[in-house]
Amino acid sequence: MASGAGLLLPRHLLANDSEFGPNELPQGFLDTATLDNLPGKMPLIRKSFRPPNFETPISYFQQAFTPNNAFFVRYHIADIPQVNADTWRLSISGDAAGKSLELSLNDLKTQFEQVEINALCMCSGNRRGLFRPHVAGVQWGHGAMGNARWKGVRLKDVLARAEPQKNALELGMNGADRAAMDNSPDYVKSIPIWKALDENTLIAFEMNGEPLPHWNGFPARLVVPGWTATYWMKHLTALNISSKPVEGFWMKPGYRIPKGKFPLVQRFVTQDTEANTPITEMVVNSLFTNIGGNVTFEAGTTSVARGVAWDGGFGIAMVDVSIDNGQTWRRAELGADLGKFSWRQWTFSMQFDKPGKYVVMARATNREGATQTFELIENPAGYHHNVVQRVNVDVVL
Amino acid sequence: MLMWFCEPMKILIGIIVLLSATLIGAQESAIRLKPGAGQEKITSYCSGCHSLDYIQMNSPFPNRKLWEAEVNKMINAFGAQIPKEEVAAIVDYLTTEYGSP
Repeated sequence: MASGAGLLLPRHLLANDSEFGPNELPQGFLDTATLDNLPGKMPLIRKSFRPPNFETPISYFQQAFTPNNAFFVRYHIADIPQVNADTWRLSISGDAAGKSLELSLNDLKTQFEQVEINALCMCSGNRRGLFRPHVAGVQWGHGAMGNARWKGVRLKDVLARAEPQKNALELGMNGADRAAMDNSPDYVKSIPIWKALDENTLIAFEMNGEPLPHWNGFPARLVVPGWTATYWMKHLTALNISSKPVEGFWMKPGYRIPKGKFPLVQRFVTQDTEANTPITEMVVNSLFTNIGGNVTFEAGTTSVARGVAWDGGFGIAMVDVSIDNGQTWRRAELGADLGKFSWRQWTFSMQFDKPGKYVVMARATNREGATQTFELIENPAGYHHNVVQRVNVDVVL
Repeated sequence: MLMWFCEPMKILIGIIVLLSATLIGAQESAIRLKPGAGQEKITSYCSGCHSLDYIQMNSPFPNRKLWEAEVNKMINAFGAQIPKEEVAAIVDYLTTEYGSP
């Protein structure tokens, strides 16, 4: 974790307000926050023990790929079985399937073309905790995301075995996790059939060259590049090729955004209501990874700000940085292109000549021309927070 | 065993994994809600399905109306077995100890 010369707080490179996240998070969280280990994981920012919700500390985001043992964990329901890979089966059926079948992990590894993709996995509610006014839910800071290299098989190759019919509308999916009580809704989701048949949508069983960690969906999970992680079903057990919209709490009313408020390209129209629509692709966003909150720099020396930028799968075109509260902007230098579904690393050299208070901001733009917002787009569930981040800089002699 | 000597990190990670498997349950039971009227109802009606840090995390911003909506969501959407006559006491506690006017 190298820092630019002149950064006065290199020991704790993330000169953020707290190791638990930004000061804007609800005080009740900050007052009780801890770093805790789930089995097999490094200490992560605990949001809740049960169901387990753990956030990745931002310092890990200086690596192009987020280590498996530091990758964020998000569950909706608390009964999470340890799945035995030898006896695990994936069932594929549905009223719009020509036939039903079951596949083992070995079948997936031996009967289909093996493919890999770099993709950012981000919770729909990432940064919910920064909403003002606050909205109820898991109060995520910046760390409910991670970039990984996923290996598996194309979902469309697997679905072809079940012979999807012309009337196939959605693909329902379920995982091995269950609710703590029988009358509580199981976590069941669906995606449009066209998204299921997209060549980039995978059933993955490896992450960064290793089997998926238990907490990230062992032995197999869905990878839906560009779309938020609510669709990336973990511990995948069942696929349902359906001629009708898939119902359930987590499809409706869960995971909804108001219609017309966000500049999105990919839509999920078979689930639309008059007022709202399911969340789909990620909005354009960026994050400083070596500074945050309030930092102090020495006047006259050069410091390097580092960050990442991402979008819903069109690719990042540019990142602009301002060190004068948005009056002027200069282009940041983009790192290696790891694919349009991966985040893009960037760096920016900056020098402050005179002592004083500064505000540093970064704003990403994707290849569709979409960019970040300066004003929060309010929505009841707290999704798509892509307000331009502000870092307060104190420049001293 | 020789391999283990060569990979101290693996030993360290192994120890962390072993410890943390038993620690998580202990850590959850270390959550202490603020003492107040109705606190025991929270423990009996809420903690069957989720850890109580959900309450701490979502505070103190909710007003009474929002806490009431959350409790009703637990009953209507998630099937929490909370008798109707207990709802007011639960909402009172949450608003008093973890809410705002």
